[in-house]
Amino acid sequence: MNLTLKVWRQKNASDKGSFATYQVNDISEEMSFLEMFDVLNERLIAKGEEPIAFDHDCREGICGMCSMHINGRAHGPWSGTTTCQLHMRAFKDGDTITVEPWRAKAFPVIKDLVVDRSAFDKIQSAGGFVSVNTGNAQDANCIPIPKDDADASFAAAACIGCGACVAACKNSSAMLFVSAKVSQFALLPQGQVERVDRALNMVKEMDAAGFGNCTNTGSCEAECPKEISLDNIARLNREYLMANLKK
Amino acid sequence: MSKLDSKIPEGPLETKWSSYKSSVPLVNPANKRSLEIIVVGSGLAGSSAAASLAEMGYKVKVFCFQDSARRAHSIAAQGGINAAKNYQNDGDSTYRLFYDTIKGGDYRAREGNVYRLAEVSAAIIDQCVAQGVPFAREYGGLLSNRSFGGTQVQRTFYAAGQTGQQLLLGAYSALQRQVGLGNVQMYARHEMLDVVVVDGKAKGIIARDLVTGKLERHSGHAVLLCTGGYGNVFFLSTNAMGSNVTAAWKAHKKGAFFGNPCFTQIHPTCIPVSGDHQSKLTLMSESLRNDGRIWVPKKKDDNRKPNEIPEDERDYYLERRYPAFGNLVPRDVASRAAKERCDAGYGVGASKMAVYLDYASAIERYGKQQANKLGETGASKERITQLGKDVVKEKYGNLFDMYAKITGENPYETPMRIYPAVHYTMGGLWVDYNLMTTVPGLYALGEANFSDHGANRLGASALMQGLADGYFVIPYTIGAYLSGQIRDKALPTDHEAFVEAEKNVQDTIDRLMNIKGSKSVDHFHKRLGKIMWDKCGMARNEKGLKEAISEIRALREEFWKDVRVLGGKNELNPELEKACRVADFLELGELMCIDALNRNESCGGHFREEFQTEEGEAQRDDANYMYAACWEFKPGVQFELHKEDLKYERIKVSARSYK
Ligand SMILES: Cc1cc2nc3c(=O)[nH]c(=O)nc-3n(C[C@H](O)[C@H](O)[C@H](O)COP(=O)(O)OP(=O)(O)OC[C@H]3O[C@@H](n4cnc5c(N)ncnc54)[C@H](O)[C@@H]3O)c2cc1C
Ligand code: SF4
Ligand code: FES
Repeated sequence: MNLTLKVWRQKNASDKGSFATYQVNDISEEMSFLEMFDVLNERLIAKGEEPIAFDHDCREGICGMCSMHINGRAHGPWSGTTTCQLHMRAFKDGDTITVEPWRAKAFPVIKDLVVDRSAFDKIQSAGGFVSVNTGNAQDANCIPIPKDDADASFAAAACIGCGACVAACKNSSAMLFVSAKVSQFALLPQGQVERVDRALNMVKEMDAAGFGNCTNTGSCEAECPKEISLDNIARLNREYLMANLKK
Repeated sequence: MSKLDSKIPEGPLETKWSSYKSSVPLVNPANKRSLEIIVVGSGLAGSSAAASLAEMGYKVKVFCFQDSARRAHSIAAQGGINAAKNYQNDGDSTYRLFYDTIKGGDYRAREGNVYRLAEVSAAIIDQCVAQGVPFAREYGGLLSNRSFGGTQVQRTFYAAGQTGQQLLLGAYSALQRQVGLGNVQMYARHEMLDVVVVDGKAKGIIARDLVTGKLERHSGHAVLLCTGGYGNVFFLSTNAMGSNVTAAWKAHKKGAFFGNPCFTQIHPTCIPVSGDHQSKLTLMSESLRNDGRIWVPKKKDDNRKPNEIPEDERDYYLERRYPAFGNLVPRDVASRAAKERCDAGYGVGASKMAVYLDYASAIERYGKQQANKLGETGASKERITQLGKDVVKEKYGNLFDMYAKITGENPYETPMRIYPAVHYTMGGLWVDYNLMTTVPGLYALGEANFSDHGANRLGASALMQGLADGYFVIPYTIGAYLSGQIRDKALPTDHEAFVEAEKNVQDTIDRLMNIKGSKSVDHFHKRLGKIMWDKCGMARNEKGLKEAISEIRALREEFWKDVRVLGGKNELNPELEKACRVADFLELGELMCIDALNRNESCGGHFREEFQTEEGEAQRDDANYMYAACWEFKPGVQFELHKEDLKYERIKVSARSYK
């Protein structure tokens, strides 16, 4: 198929940036979206033009590195799918596809489609852990956990930290991401001891990093490639309220 | 030979590690605070090591090339992690895990290291659960297990098909906690490009800030390379796009021996190549062989749809050839068997380079079980199928989804097409019992070292090894070296060794940028990959390897004359990053072929066509090759062989049989 691509090009953090248009012909349906970008980049190199920088690594939908805003949707048209798992079957001959980086104050653009998501690491450092030094653990089966709790915890822990929830939100809120981590631990006995501090500290760090407030639009859940549920946000709100009462 | 002292402690196998631990020199808390450790890599090995060392009081710096420690390639591991817990009461033990690993590795790994690995495996599960890793559980609330290839017990712990993700996020949470406490300094989007060695000891690294392009000097009392495997030398592999050999290769060029470079694992169950545009291959976890059955049509060039081929016209070739282990034979055996069928003309799919992995009978079996459980006697066939699909979805849902997205086919309805692909490298930097390379102060952990898997790794054992190295081994063994360094100040970064190392890195970058040739980096990488796959892949022979060596030399020369790297050096430049990595792959590839040519036997993943039994099984030559091949780098890309003889005191070495 033949496509027209409008891609955000920005030299570096201080450059203003703009869209560039590329005609991309002979793309097969079987390619992944990023393989289509590989092809485009190879052609640019052949012409002596600088290839487009974009983040990616695993190309299996699990590392959370890929991050393209495609035709106005974080990770593109397929729901529950990362950019790297999106395949060209999703498009048809003659389509125009617009590709931008994540847009959020807390995720400044580094170059082209690459943004800085280190704010997520800081939030994690603020409380996304159980304080257990290596060597301090008891036998694993001394902590029986009801299967449903373990499954719910796992579903929250499946978050890949990609930031699509932030990119999809008109307020650039990171609530879905933070709530997923808080929920993972809140649902497990191991997480109880630090439950209060965790909710308070992670929310505090989230606010400090410049993410916006949550107004329950639900666009994060709709765009999340791992289908992290809004229930987690409700849980975080309860955790946060309870934590404030206890402190 | 003094350089290859494996430092295995004296005494009986069962007590080596415990007596080592009680006699290894310690570093007191005050001294720990003034000792700096550089950890390159934030995968399971790197994150677990960095967090544990920081908890102990060392000052730690961690480097990774991704934008966050959490994105290291370990995140992609699917199926599970082994541990000798014997929770299933099916006869597992430390000894059995040790034995399975040595046998699975075709008797090419060190007894002492492997026994220690099996010994610490149980504590890994305890540690991860304490961190809040949500492993799969049974209804009673206890941990669930599955089986993996090459074993007859259920010792694999898992979290759906995302075990690596959950384990890495556990280690990452421990790491980020130490970052928050100020004990670890994290350098994401940084790539190590050289080791700094003074008086024969590792004293620091040169790293490139990938965002600004600036070269930085970092000094430390020890350097830990936890930089993963080098499967991407084949271009197409199941590894993440960025996985590379650069850190290990630079260390190799600074004196660290490279062990068994040709030992590559080709994984039997991956989604087949679909065209020239292919950028990577996707694994379908080995756990799928628990329930899936592998087959090809009995008739050559059978073009019927799989569901139209009746049961008695299917060849379940693994079950036929290996009745004792069936679909759960080790990876090397399963891969070769698939290649054998396809080469003989029985392959399926458009390319005929694929076999079926079929879930129909598992769906039926689970459906019936579930109907019984729910008391639905006389459930219809449709109902049973639906119930069965639900069970399969819970166990393997994310893998089935992934398959559907990539191929556009529904694996619940039609068998998956699979073919072997490069997956893991057993070879790596040679290390002793302390995980130290031949350069004092320089360590290698996780997939980056050569230590525990011999010529073939068993499924679910890489995660185990990475975390064993990081959580439970290095925190002890590093004391043996650092206790002797407490009087040494960190090397000042204006030391001439730093200046020189930085200049060398800068020169290489300038050279690459100034070639201004006509072909992209990927162009060369793909050509290298093709040579490697055709001549140093699943089957190798003397003629092919000799050709490969001269082809790679020629390709390397061409690369340095004609590669085109656009963009600037003082900015984010993914092309330049790739160019630096491919330059190293072009040297490594040659060494892999040299090593494969040297090893005149077949063992594990290394299959030399000249050395096979009448039935087509690998034929080892224990009399002449029971050694780890350790290569020393010599100027001008020359390599000198050193041998570490392997002695089996406990295990009786025999032909590996899974029949
Ligand atoms: C698809 C897939 C599925 C798998 N499934 C399983 C499984 O189910 N069970 C199992 O046991 N094993 C599995 N494996 C194997 C296992 O995942 C790996 O062997 C293991 O995770 C490697 O961990 P590591 O810590 O050694 O390295 P990695 O996780 O690869 O980490 C390497 C780190 O080094 C950094 N790095 C590398 N070079 C540099 C440099 N020059 N400068 C700075 N940083 C650098 C990277 O940024 C990264 O942080 C699987 C592998 C693949 C590919
Ligand atoms: S919650 Fe979803 S969208 Fe947000 S970071 Fe996690 S996986 Fe990405
Ligand atoms: S590249 Fe890893 S999730 Fe897309």
